[in-house]
Amino acid sequence: MSSAQVIDVTLPALPAGWAADKDFKAVGKLSAATQRNLEPVGPHFLAHARRKRHHRTFSEDERIQAQQNVKKTEEDENDEISEDEDPMMLQRDAKDWKSQDHYAVLGLSKHRWRATPDMVKRAHRKKVLRHHPDKKAALGDRDENDSFFKCIQKATEVLSDPVKRRQFDSVDEAADVEPPSKKASQKSPQSFFKLWRPVFESEARFSKIQPVPQLGDENSTFEEVNNFYNFWYNFDSWRTFEYLDEDVPDDNENRDQKRHVEKKNANARRKRKTEDTARLRHLVDDCAALDERIKNFRKAARAGKDKKRLEKEAEAKRIAEEKEKARLEEEQRKKDAEEAAKADREKAKKAKEAAKNAAKKNKRVLKGSVKDVNYFAESGEPSAAQVDSVLTDVDLINAKIDNEELASLAERLTAAGKDAAAVKNVYTEEIKRLVAAGKAKEGEVKFFN
Amino acid sequence: MSDETNGAGERFAIGISFGNSSSSIARINPEGKAEVIANEEGDRQIPSILSYIGGEQYHGTQAKAQLIRNSENTVAYFRDYLGKDFKSIDPTPCHNSAHPIQTDSTVAFSIRDTESETPNTVTVSEITTRHLLRLKQSASDYLGKEVNAAVITVPTDFNDAQREALTAAAKAAGLDVLQLIHEPVAAALAYDARPEATVTDKLTVVADLGGTRSDAAVIASRGGMYTILATAHDYELGGSSLDQIVIDHFAKEFIKKHKTDPRENARGLAKLKMEGEATRKALSLGTNATLSIESLADGIDYGSTINRTRYELLSNKVFAQFTGLIEQVIKKAELDVLDIDEVIFSGGVSHTPKIAQIARSIFPEKTQILAPSTLTSAINPSELSARGAAIQASLIQEFETEDIEQSIHPMVTATPHLNKAIGVEFTSGDAVEFLPLLNTQTALPARRVAQYNVPAEGGDVFIRVCEGSREIKVTKPEPKAKEEKPKTEDDEDDSDFDSDDEEEEIREVVWKTEQPIAELAVKGVKAKGKVELMIHINADLGLQITAREVGGQSAVRGAVESP
Repeated sequence: MSSAQVIDVTLPALPAGWAADKDFKAVGKLSAATQRNLEPVGPHFLAHARRKRHHRTFSEDERIQAQQNVKKTEEDENDEISEDEDPMMLQRDAKDWKSQDHYAVLGLSKHRWRATPDMVKRAHRKKVLRHHPDKKAALGDRDENDSFFKCIQKATEVLSDPVKRRQFDSVDEAADVEPPSKKASQKSPQSFFKLWRPVFESEARFSKIQPVPQLGDENSTFEEVNNFYNFWYNFDSWRTFEYLDEDVPDDNENRDQKRHVEKKNANARRKRKTEDTARLRHLVDDCAALDERIKNFRKAARAGKDKKRLEKEAEAKRIAEEKEKARLEEEQRKKDAEEAAKADREKAKKAKEAAKNAAKKNKRVLKGSVKDVNYFAESGEPSAAQVDSVLTDVDLINAKIDNEELASLAERLTAAGKDAAAVKNVYTEEIKRLVAAGKAKEGEVKFFN
Repeated sequence: MSDETNGAGERFAIGISFGNSSSSIARINPEGKAEVIANEEGDRQIPSILSYIGGEQYHGTQAKAQLIRNSENTVAYFRDYLGKDFKSIDPTPCHNSAHPIQTDSTVAFSIRDTESETPNTVTVSEITTRHLLRLKQSASDYLGKEVNAAVITVPTDFNDAQREALTAAAKAAGLDVLQLIHEPVAAALAYDARPEATVTDKLTVVADLGGTRSDAAVIASRGGMYTILATAHDYELGGSSLDQIVIDHFAKEFIKKHKTDPRENARGLAKLKMEGEATRKALSLGTNATLSIESLADGIDYGSTINRTRYELLSNKVFAQFTGLIEQVIKKAELDVLDIDEVIFSGGVSHTPKIAQIARSIFPEKTQILAPSTLTSAINPSELSARGAAIQASLIQEFETEDIEQSIHPMVTATPHLNKAIGVEFTSGDAVEFLPLLNTQTALPARRVAQYNVPAEGGDVFIRVCEGSREIKVTKPEPKAKEEKPKTEDDEDDSDFDSDDEEEEIREVVWKTEQPIAELAVKGVKAKGKVELMIHINADLGLQITAREVGGQSAVRGAVESP
């Protein structure tokens, strides 16, 4: 798109008299555009979509795309070769290849067993480009020493063959992570995980079963932790120790010697394998012993059992206490009730007496009242019959009336004083009331009619 | 690192062209070229037919052979039924195979697809899934890798319901539809992705002449981006129309000899159809083709030959219909044959030499007719859309699904397109000439760069950027003075028709300046130098114009504000 199309026409010369600021003059505007749907197909459309979505202009987009391309190639150039070469390593002799660190020779010591076959291939190419004997000769290096080049070739031979690479990986001590000390891992709750995780990550490379369960963290569930330790106690390792074998002599002359060496190697391998299994077991034991989570789970389990027992006891105690309390309360209540009844009785007695006294007094008032008005005698001494009839009536009223009415009657009589008519009136009214209330029969009274 | 196994990387996508009569699968081979994959039987055009006998499924050519003996359990021509309701479908193509029936809101077929005698009702979506599953299987077998994604081509008139139904059917077949692309655009992409192709602005007519239907589309290709300007469809015109002519020809010949009409017998008709189609295809390659059918009718074996001239004579009318469709679509886009830069013939019928020849005679010399009979380097027309789909699949298979969705969103695809061409006006003496730099229908924003010569002696030059429009100039080569008489298009078409037996008139495209936009001066250009002009148009119709001498330091810059 950015390439210019060359059009074979000649531009006209500037007409005389044409002038403009900065040699540019806008003289018109574009006519309106139509909206249409682009077909979302093809590389140029994708570029258009990219520009539109990221709001880039043509030149911006070109620049960004170009930068992305450049970055990619640079990364390719840089990744492996960035590792420095140890001058001691450059002096190595290819003869003792068994003791050389093949990954370091290829500059892959950061990746080690994680390096992919493709990385090995590329790393080899880079190293060869640098250390090829012809290159050295071209640089004017006189000595014909191509030993490091041979080291590179040997390293590639080992690492590019899956079987040989496994054998080397099995004994690649540089990839091992030493288990941390007890003290270090107990320093803080976090340090246990921080220090042990890389140990298991490095050991996990020998597992035939992938992926390997992770150590997890302090929040792991019981199942996760259980699963982790079960896995490691039943670890299925592909680790082999052929790499450490003694060289078997291949001359045909000494067959016994050869067999002897082979037998020795087989035994050594077996021994190492057993040792390795024991080592791993020991390592997992150590880890489990230091694992706070296991202790926590046990404590939690125990706490769970204790809790039930304690709860039961507490419940029994609570019930007993409640019973005792209920009993005491009941007793108290009984006592209170008795006392209250006694007091009531006494009070009633007193009231009764008082009422009796009041009634007596009132009755006296009644009798007094008739006496005061001289038994309603008109004049002179009342006749015995009149006195008797009046008193009979008063007694009758006294018998028929209750205490309160008696009190009110006494009050009214007191108010009437010695006015015979008024007293008689009060009595007559009282009789009427009593008759109306049905307490006395008409005609029962003789005098107050 | 080397192993990138993120979600998008695990996708393995192919291109599928899913047609009514046949389907194709394509991929990008390690050399980066699109390649159509042959299925187990070696077919690159796999008939879209499924057939069932005793619970066993047959697909492709094997299923097609079943059309004769087992037509009621053979499903064919079902693509157009997908996502439609029973009322709106045309069941004619299925006359000789399982008939479509209505179930719920969709179309289905009643076929015995299991070992039991009772027929099952199988929906068209299910049939499509089975078909796509077979295509996927063929591709996976060929490539040795599980194919799990695809770009599928659809006709331009596929509606949303049909698209959804197809996507769902593909999903059920284990294919992630990355994108559905239009068949004509896929064909254009297949041509434009050839290594020798350059990105130019052009107007393309894609004629997709299929087995049962034909479509045509006008596509504006501007800076590699495609815009469909118009489409035309003919749902009855296709290879089957030509087959019918061949069938009728042989049937008449048979009646003459044996006094029975083989077309009256269903099996005879099926045999005749099958062989007739093969004969018609053979005529695209050779000048003679034979037809021989055992026991065509009443146990009579039949054999005959037909030559191409006879066939072309008989089919003249149908051929004219094909080219008529092309002319129709150009008219619909309000264009003229002179505007068309390229005609792409796609679909099986495009192999027919005569159709391309007729098209050749319609279009002017400069128009490229991309069909096998007119251009030796033409891509096999049957493979075009599958190839286009494969190219698109390779472009987007690395993308995240969300990225694809965002990219094909109307927010991105709906863009303003230039209504008038923008170019530079040249005045030399009295003659005024206009050369377009940005053509009409260019999607905005757009940027174009061009280099122009300067006068031999150098010095100051003047650039005038204008809007222009094209006109059709008709010149009658009369012996006297050349009379120029611009006409409207309709008139021209008529006059074109009339003047067939008279002397031919010369029609050409001329550009006329409509309105100046900006004027620039580049001063002090060296002799034999060149001036580079860059025009950048924003989506809001604002312009930035830069002109400078090639290799020079200073540039003249200016902006024209949006209207």
